[in-house]
Amino acid sequence: MKKKFEISEHRLVPKHTKLSDKEKEELLAAYQITNKELPKIKKNDPAISSLEVKEGDVIKIVRPSLTSGESTFYRGVVNV
Amino acid sequence: MAEQEQPTPIEEAAEPASSEVIIPEGSEVPEDVLEESEVPPSTDKSPKVRIDPEEQIAGKSVRSIIFSVFSPKTIKQMSSAKIVTPELYDKEGYPVDGGLMDIRLGVIDPGLKCKTCGSKLKECSGHFGYIELARPIIHIKFVPLIMTLLKCSCQGCGRVLIPKNKVDTAKKELGRIEEELGIEERRRSVKDIITNLKTINKCPWCKSKQSKIALEKPTTFLENEKRISPIEIRARLEKIPDEDLELFGLRPQNFRPEWSILTILPIPPVTMRPSITLESGERSEDDLTHKLGDIVRINQRLFENINAGAPEIIIEDLWDLLQYHVTTYFDNEVAQLPPARHRSGQPLKTLSERIKSKEGRIRHNLAGKRTNFSARTVISPDPMLGINEVGVPFEIAMKLTVPERVNEWNIAYLKNFVKNGPKKYPGANYIVRPDGKKKKLTEETIEASVEELQPGYVVERQLMDGDIAVFNRQPSLHRMSMMCHRIRVLPFKTLRLNPAVCNPYNADFDGDEMNLHIPQTEEARAEAEILMEVQTQLISPRYGLSVIGCVQDSISGLYTLTKRSDIDRKLALDLLAATGIEDFSRLPKREKVSGKEIVSVLLPEDFMFFGEKRSDLGVEGKEKEDITVIIKDGKLLSGVLDRNNLGEGSGLLLRTIHKKYGKEFSLDLLGKLFRLGIEVLLRLGFSVIISDTDLPEKARQEIKETLTQADREVEELISLYHNNKLDTFPGRTLRETLELKILEVLNRARNKTGEIAATHADRDSPTMVMADSGARGNLLNLAQMAACVGQQAMRGKRIDKGYRGRTISAFKREDFSPHARGFISNGFKSGLTPFEFFFGAMTGRDSLMDTALRTPKSGYLYRRLANAMQDLKVEYDHTVRDAGKRIIQFSYGEDGVDVAKSENGVINVQRLFGVHGGQD
Repeated sequence: MKKKFEISEHRLVPKHTKLSDKEKEELLAAYQITNKELPKIKKNDPAISSLEVKEGDVIKIVRPSLTSGESTFYRGVVNV
Repeated sequence: MAEQEQPTPIEEAAEPASSEVIIPEGSEVPEDVLEESEVPPSTDKSPKVRIDPEEQIAGKSVRSIIFSVFSPKTIKQMSSAKIVTPELYDKEGYPVDGGLMDIRLGVIDPGLKCKTCGSKLKECSGHFGYIELARPIIHIKFVPLIMTLLKCSCQGCGRVLIPKNKVDTAKKELGRIEEELGIEERRRSVKDIITNLKTINKCPWCKSKQSKIALEKPTTFLENEKRISPIEIRARLEKIPDEDLELFGLRPQNFRPEWSILTILPIPPVTMRPSITLESGERSEDDLTHKLGDIVRINQRLFENINAGAPEIIIEDLWDLLQYHVTTYFDNEVAQLPPARHRSGQPLKTLSERIKSKEGRIRHNLAGKRTNFSARTVISPDPMLGINEVGVPFEIAMKLTVPERVNEWNIAYLKNFVKNGPKKYPGANYIVRPDGKKKKLTEETIEASVEELQPGYVVERQLMDGDIAVFNRQPSLHRMSMMCHRIRVLPFKTLRLNPAVCNPYNADFDGDEMNLHIPQTEEARAEAEILMEVQTQLISPRYGLSVIGCVQDSISGLYTLTKRSDIDRKLALDLLAATGIEDFSRLPKREKVSGKEIVSVLLPEDFMFFGEKRSDLGVEGKEKEDITVIIKDGKLLSGVLDRNNLGEGSGLLLRTIHKKYGKEFSLDLLGKLFRLGIEVLLRLGFSVIISDTDLPEKARQEIKETLTQADREVEELISLYHNNKLDTFPGRTLRETLELKILEVLNRARNKTGEIAATHADRDSPTMVMADSGARGNLLNLAQMAACVGQQAMRGKRIDKGYRGRTISAFKREDFSPHARGFISNGFKSGLTPFEFFFGAMTGRDSLMDTALRTPKSGYLYRRLANAMQDLKVEYDHTVRDAGKRIIQFSYGEDGVDVAKSENGVINVQRLFGVHGGQD
């Protein structure tokens, strides 16, 4: 029996979550940006393979940081 | 900022064949821009009236720049001569008509007039000519574009291989790709789209079959393994309709693809390829002229052969040769072609090489401007200068000038400079009349100039003490590599700086040179003073501590001073006076004062500080209490000041002072502390002698025993190894295990000898003072001198290079003993054996090589980083964004801390809220 390796459970992979449409609107409004200005993440990136994302979604990433302990980062899903 | 409105048809727009044209979007733009710089400051106004430069500036801005390619028609139109012969000069040495040096192409000899425009040398910028090529030639820089166009358009009807109904979606998609990834990616993507549509083999428009097209580098195109001639390629490109070109991001009115197959070659004016006359009277032509000569010659031969009806083979050969010459004319570094060479064998420098890389036009001439009002010489130290001062030699001060405008209040003052003239300091070198005419001051003109001087004139006076200068040392890796200093004019011929600012510049005095720039306007001086002066740069934006601190002697001095408590009052007063203190009221009124009390005189009266511990290695007894620095109410109660508190980039002492008392005060205090340290050594004396490293007999015995013990242990390990009784480490071979174990034993032994040396060394000897205070050297250096140098290692291993199985032929093979593998058991003082010395030389050479190779590597790495990050900026919402406003970080450094305003990258929240003063 071969169990599929779940990449998001690995300790070195930071937590990726999908923002709801409302959260996304708020985020874009807060920074006064459109999807274009967001950092990108590819749709088929292994880290978000279990999230069921589509182009234009925003992924929230919480990762450990040397300077601030924990930092939040956002990426817009693209398919290029 | 000029904005690129539409896709650039071609990137390499700088060659003549594809010369750039700047087409003003709004029509009159460039003329106005030109006018601004060309109109002399006065033409229509009387010289007495001061001209406001603002009035001359027309309010126009460049909205867009379009790069395009010359069509053969345009090339012909703009040419003033047709070049038909490779000859340059006739028998009299006069340029041949229709030759490459034709006088219609411009003038390069003084006295002659241009045959086209009638202007003289320097007035005429030259004129283009052209040659008609016997057969079309592919322009090497367009090969990738031609390739895409050939692959993506129908070989029969010339339409793009995208069906009618899909064109609009494709256009939209490509527009997006271009916006995100740039024009090159757009062109690449056209092919991807066609592949995805599966129309690559059959044209959706005329249903004709498409064959495979391949490129045989550099310039041969193949269709089904058969060569397509440039004539055929040109015909195909001509067939592509205008509307289809837009898919590729090309503007047909600026660039038709068939123009990238040359039928006419523009000849650049002689002014950009001037010939030089050697001393012997011989003429030496420019590389470009040589190359063009080749082209014209082969072209003529090709013409003749075609006209004579020569066999196809000969014509093809000549055609290929012409293609080679034209290709190398544009780029002599094409990978698959042998570069065209001079007779001497050195490659020709043709068009591409003129433009690209470090010595090319862009980085050398456009980005790398040279500057006036600057000086450069060797630097040397002068601790008596202020930290924000720079010593300038008289020779330099009398050459560099500061312009000062005359008005009714300063006229008398400025007249004095003019009276002195250029040869007597402080004088003036030029005066500028209100109409902008500059007059050089000489012995003869001084008197007239003094009379002439009146409000509205500008006097360019020589440098004086207190003037502002920007001081710089390359490589300028930091903003602290360029700081603003106050000038002190001094005798002798070096630029002088306070040794405390060596750190930010990374300067030393082994022959380093530095640059000095004199700002020429009030605005520039104000900017330099407010933004760049040394005191504004004290706190590093990299680690949030002072970049300037005490160094070397100053640290040794303050260390000795704060350690002593029996200083004569007389000496103390002398020290303070030498430091620049005039108020001695804070010095205790006793016969003997302590060093700490002397330092306390410098500190502000309400200063509280609790400092870092210094290393307490080998400190015992009473001294043990002296390892933490405590300052209360401006009095140094305990603690010895050493590098941990005074050095650059370490300790919070300097940072706290800066925070509490500001930059001016910290700079002043730092200067005084620095000088105090030096004055101490000046008065007490400080010399290093070899006997500093003398050890008592007992210690020497101990060291010897430690080393013999280690030797025995290693011997044992080796015998275990030979008897196969060694326990191997996991993942290691037996041999590796042995090496690791031996290394461990030897390291332990070396460390132990070091400890012995450190405990027995005289703690008050200058050598130890330097090591202990952190001024120079460390305990390891001391141990290497007094006890044992230790294992010489190359790439983390004991030395095993040399002969088979041994390092030096004097040893037996497979001798793993310490002395045969680079262990130096002697100290530098007792002297090394020849073998030991040889091992030392080996590692010494190795590390020298390593540094020599690493420096350029890290320099290039830094350049790449700096270029990649040059437009990043922290916006008002704390995000870090690039020039396209794309977000790079959501909060600067992920914690939003401005390190330059923090303390070592940390914000002291307790102090921020006033919780027990934040100090504890």
